Amino acid sequence: MTQGIEVNETMTTNIHPILERYHADKTRLIDMLWDIQRQAGYIPDAAVTALAEGLNMSANDVRETLTFYHFFHDKPAGRHTLYLADTVIARMQGYDEVRATLERETGTTFGSVDPSATFGLYDTNCIGLSDQEPAMMVDEVVFTRLTPEKVRTIINRLKQGATPSEIANPDQFDTRRLEYVQAQVADNIRICGPVFFQQDRPHAQILEKTLDLLPEQVVEQVTLSRIRGRGGAGFPTGLKWRLGREAPGREKVVICNADEGEPGTFKDRVLLTRSPRDVLLGMTVAAHAIGARTGILYLRAEYWYLKDYLEQQITDLRAERLLGRSILGREFDFDIRIQMGAGAYVCGDETALIESCEGKRGTPRVKPPYPIQQGYLGMPTCINNVETFAAVTAIMEQGADWFSSLGTPESSGTRLLSVSGDCAAPGIYEIEWGVSLNEVLDTVGARNTRAVQISGPSGECVSAAADGERRLCYSDLSCNGSFMIFDHSRDLLRVVEHFMRFFVDESCGICVPCRAGGVDLHHKIRLIIAGRATRQDLDDIVNWGNLMRGTSRCGLGTTAPKPLLTTLEKFPQIYREKLARPQGPLLPSFDLENATREYEHACQALAQEKSK
Amino acid sequence: MNIRITLDGKEIETTAGTLLVDVAADNGVYIPTLCYQRGKPCLGTCRACSVRVNGNVMASCTVPVAEGMTVEVDAADLNDMRKALVELLFAEGNHNCPSCEKSGRCELQAVGYEVGMLVSRFPYRFPPRTREHVAKYIWLERDRCIFCQRCVEFVRDHETGRKIFTIDDRGTHASIEIDVALADRMPPEQVREAAELCPVGCIIAKGVGYDKPIGQRKFEVKSIRERTLERSRK
Amino acid sequence: MTRPIQPEIPSHTLPAATLDPQTRAKREEKIQVAMIALCGCWGCTLSFLDMDENLLRLLDKINITRSSLTDVKRIPHRCAIGFIEGGVANDENIETLEHFRENCDILISVGACAVWGGVPAMRNMVPLGECLKEAYLDAPTAETDAPPRIPHHPDIPKITTHVYPCHEVVKMDYFIPGCPPDAASIFKVLDDLVNGREVDLPTSLIRYD
Repeated sequence: MTQGIEVNETMTTNIHPILERYHADKTRLIDMLWDIQRQAGYIPDAAVTALAEGLNMSANDVRETLTFYHFFHDKPAGRHTLYLADTVIARMQGYDEVRATLERETGTTFGSVDPSATFGLYDTNCIGLSDQEPAMMVDEVVFTRLTPEKVRTIINRLKQGATPSEIANPDQFDTRRLEYVQAQVADNIRICGPVFFQQDRPHAQILEKTLDLLPEQVVEQVTLSRIRGRGGAGFPTGLKWRLGREAPGREKVVICNADEGEPGTFKDRVLLTRSPRDVLLGMTVAAHAIGARTGILYLRAEYWYLKDYLEQQITDLRAERLLGRSILGREFDFDIRIQMGAGAYVCGDETALIESCEGKRGTPRVKPPYPIQQGYLGMPTCINNVETFAAVTAIMEQGADWFSSLGTPESSGTRLLSVSGDCAAPGIYEIEWGVSLNEVLDTVGARNTRAVQISGPSGECVSAAADGERRLCYSDLSCNGSFMIFDHSRDLLRVVEHFMRFFVDESCGICVPCRAGGVDLHHKIRLIIAGRATRQDLDDIVNWGNLMRGTSRCGLGTTAPKPLLTTLEKFPQIYREKLARPQGPLLPSFDLENATREYEHACQALAQEKSK
Repeated sequence: MNIRITLDGKEIETTAGTLLVDVAADNGVYIPTLCYQRGKPCLGTCRACSVRVNGNVMASCTVPVAEGMTVEVDAADLNDMRKALVELLFAEGNHNCPSCEKSGRCELQAVGYEVGMLVSRFPYRFPPRTREHVAKYIWLERDRCIFCQRCVEFVRDHETGRKIFTIDDRGTHASIEIDVALADRMPPEQVREAAELCPVGCIIAKGVGYDKPIGQRKFEVKSIRERTLERSRK
Repeated sequence: MTRPIQPEIPSHTLPAATLDPQTRAKREEKIQVAMIALCGCWGCTLSFLDMDENLLRLLDKINITRSSLTDVKRIPHRCAIGFIEGGVANDENIETLEHFRENCDILISVGACAVWGGVPAMRNMVPLGECLKEAYLDAPTAETDAPPRIPHHPDIPKITTHVYPCHEVVKMDYFIPGCPPDAASIFKVLDDLVNGREVDLPTSLIRYD
């Protein structure tokens, strides 16, 4: 990854090709930062200064963006930068041993670089591989199903000078080929059809058919299919497109949200691997419907190993005249560029994602205006999830009636579940909306199930015993695809603690309730686990949780208290069992030992220091 | 376009699209704000102006009024929510009013009084935050920053239009930064404005200190509530 | 916790003139009020005294058992209302606060230090070891000819890791912010409680400095 370029004043000159590549357009700042980091291994201050000068920004303004994203480093981060995914699923599958082995083998601890500057070791949140954890990223490739043994081998080979790609991709497939992706990551498609992963879809024909329709007719078809956004919120896609069609503006934009950051979900990874054309074509259909010429696929940096492959798909589509200028010989121009993310869960929020596409911090915007009125660079922007676009392609092929006949009246079609945790076969399952929780658990081979986390941390934790007959659909158990299963051996409080820490890590910090409130809720769950909480703390959790739900600026803040609130509702006994019985006037939350210990320690340490 | 909305049970006439927080002030209803300033673009960061609009809690600085809206400002749960948001800020940073130059003219303090805060219900965190005093005319007391983004958005270098104040990192690690070179060429007038713009005592103009005796300070002479409502009557 | 080597004689157990039974009985009927300071500057106590003649208006109803006027270390009998000045900065503060919590029906944090730690809590951003080093070893006033030492004796309270607001140590019922609060604020709270009204500090009496 590092080509060892000189990092000093010469950096100024090296910035010029990068500035030129992006026409010194500061909305492409994230791409420029990536280019620098991929050359130098990190983003040195000199580069920041030079970049700032070239973009007429203050250096700190560049740093605002740089420091916002988890994967950008402003200090050397090792010749190889390793990110071990710290997820609740990984922690159920040998994460601790893998972590310890990594520290031992690389000779450094998490959050730092080893003395020889070979390895930088970092934690990261879910990287979309919950079906094959523990998993880690090494530079731009990934390694899955890690064991201490496997880690030792990888680190040894890296020490001997092998590149991560040589280890992960021993047959040296071209990075633009499917085989390259599949050498690293298993697809794990367990059940599919009728909507997704269909072989030999006639993409050109589908697009011909679509372009024969007036944009309004396409909107009509999508509306009739009753498909709702697959990102989680479930906004009717047809309505969104109609608003996009009607929004005044000469230039409009279609964005595919491939920032699949919700812990436990990985369906978009598999769709982009196995059905990229369905997704890209779906975007083109949307472009026709709303009248857009610009398309952006926002790909999370965790999926860097998919980038060249997807670029190749785009190139191929252009060659086949399914993308680019005069698509299929008609007066219809639409092209797609890939915008890489840089590590921020909040960018899954559509306005944060737009900010990120514009080269800025991924901070959710104040709404209104909504993106469909004023989005990317102020243009009406239609953002949909990867799965929505893929489904649209199926709808255009097989018809709105066919699609709406699947599922339930208010939740039409099928949904991809990313199943992970305690079950026989984690992976991708295409289900028709309306199946019950028990049916899914049965299908995936889950035994002795205690709880299922539906839709990831931002969703709800349901009880297998109490909620088994509930149906997966927008009006009952709405699901964004993440489906994490916990059996009776799992400590749910630890799971909740992990989720709460996740939200603290990922809060962008723009609004008070999410930035500050998340920390306090995390503190509460730790108090509970430590056996130092009282009934009052449970009341606080509910009240403070509702404060965050009510007043936060975006979906991250409004959903962040849900791990606590939903488990408190479904599993109150696990909280009650941990409550402290107050003895005497001191509050159980007051840690007397900790409060009085430090003085003795400090006196001893200072006495020793003095006697030296 | 003239429309009618219901504000705390009272029907009022107003103009469509005006921000709710301003409409309320124009009708004698004070809603606390820490990031929003009348006449400037909405920042929507502090959420202290949260009210209920048609049954949903929303920050009133982000809501353009529309025909038939039902708005609740004065309700026990909403009053407590706004108070809790202010309390969050007091616990999150180090807000030591007795040792702060901004005391008496600090908007956070003044709003604390208005919402009736006596203590924060949230644990006081005492975060270690370094202060920044390299610039010639300004220093940053980061202990007091509430990340309202006013300085980030509204203070620019006159010549180049570049940002002078920025935020580094994110979430709990966020930190307010200053571009020293640009700050050092700020004219005295702009320095005063920046210090004035800061709702807390984070951006401090050097060489000023405590400039008014207790009892004669800005919000002692006239409370933030009176100022907000008075401004709107003009 | 700290156990003195010398047997301690609490000041309230020292010999005192006996009250005539009538006065004693009348006093015991009144609402018992106490105030003590933990880690603060006694400014709040002065504000308490600043109630001046207002206090006289209440003396028909209250009896002040412990204050800076009597300076007893412990309250001799149960009190209805306890005012606490100062935050918790050493183990003796913890003991005192526990004693007050156990012996007062209502406990009130008075002033910035009790409410959130106040000026003493400025040390919370610095590790305790560094604070001690700066204060006793590296201080410009440290004796140069004697070996520097950190006070460490069973009779000296041990400094706590941080300075804690009172309500993080025991349950507190009411809060009067200010550094110090005005006498009027303290009086308002006391008057409300004594007369059985809900405690309500108006905006005009809330101050943080």
